[in-house]
Amino acid sequence: MPTMQLEIVTAERLVYSDQVNGVVAPGIEGDLGILPHHAPLLTTLQAGELRIMKEGQPDTYMAISSGFLEVMANRVVVLADTAERADEIDEARAQEAVHRTQEQLEHRAADVDLERAVASMRRAQTRLKVVRRRQRPPTTG
Amino acid sequence: MANIRIIRRRIRSVQNSAKITKAMQMIAASKMRRAQQLTLAGRPYSEKMRDVLADLAAQPADAEEVHPLLRHRDVKRIEVIHITPDRGLCGGLNSNLNRTTGRFILEQNVPVSVVTVGRKGRDFMVRFGREVRAVFTDLGDRPRVADILPIARLAIDDYTSGYADQVLITYADFVTTAVQRPVMQKLLPVEPASLPPGQATGYIYEPRSLEVLDALLPRFVEMQLYHALLESIASEHSARMVAMRAATDNALDMIDSLTLMLNKARQESITRELLDIVGGAAALEG
Repeated sequence: MPTMQLEIVTAERLVYSDQVNGVVAPGIEGDLGILPHHAPLLTTLQAGELRIMKEGQPDTYMAISSGFLEVMANRVVVLADTAERADEIDEARAQEAVHRTQEQLEHRAADVDLERAVASMRRAQTRLKVVRRRQRPPTTG
Repeated sequence: MANIRIIRRRIRSVQNSAKITKAMQMIAASKMRRAQQLTLAGRPYSEKMRDVLADLAAQPADAEEVHPLLRHRDVKRIEVIHITPDRGLCGGLNSNLNRTTGRFILEQNVPVSVVTVGRKGRDFMVRFGREVRAVFTDLGDRPRVADILPIARLAIDDYTSGYADQVLITYADFVTTAVQRPVMQKLLPVEPASLPPGQATGYIYEPRSLEVLDALLPRFVEMQLYHALLESIASEHSARMVAMRAATDNALDMIDSLTLMLNKARQESITRELLDIVGGAAALEG
């Protein structure tokens, strides 16, 4: 199976670097799948789940908040604001963040920035989703 | 003899100082290593971002559509973000930084606003009688990107609102362990590196290149600030390490010369006592 180089970097560290067979990333206009030998592409990402496919291994999921994705010369570089693997996420904290933002949205307090609340809700939900995936291994298919 | 006691006390006090400076030297050395690692860890991100930005800027764009953060304006007010350590005892680092910004301010013929990051810079600006637009302190030795977001926000807001027409940063560039150079760098308007002609990659942009640019530019500013802060932390610790090593060496030299003085004084008092005894014996015999 053909492979490509995938690198996930944040301003603080190199999070992931390996040969992979495919990536599904949360593009700004919807999820986009990238396979080896993709044409050069540059897109913005939104907070969401990044799925990494490697032959002979279960898929890896990472929670990323917004960033950029670049494809060039069979190399995919993700410039993320934050990127976390499932084992780096604190489930309780993510759960709490979901509740907190939910409350903010329901009460619509005057000082709450709606857009920001929705964004942080999305980030927290993504984290939860990624964590839970690890606890309940996905059924093969 | 009183003199001997005084010298002994002095040696003990210098020894204590030497212990403290030695400890500070070692702490600074380990903090410097960590700061350097952080700087290196962020490098792939910043290099990639610079490449992407250069490619984006090389895109054919409509003349009216120059992004606000890229647009040059007549400079009527300059804002300087002055990054210094929070603490002293790091040799000439703080005064070099303060002098660089101070001199720059005096040379301008337009008003300059100062934003200080770090306590030492603020103290200097206040003493200097400058109005300080904003003060950020206690960012610690391991700042996260989130810690500099308010600073970036302020710079971008001041630029887009027209408060300042140019934003610069002053920070200590970490050259080597022994050399830290104060540098001033332009933060806004953003100046993308120019690609050699024919080097553009020709990406497919999704959505449009202008929208990607819109998302990219603020992050580029944040990244530059974060990088400057890391450099300045590495500089602070290496400057402190070198200063404390010199202080320890000086203390040890001082202990050596004091010990020599002590021994001489002791010898002298013994000789004097001997002379007394010999003199006394001679007097009895005589």
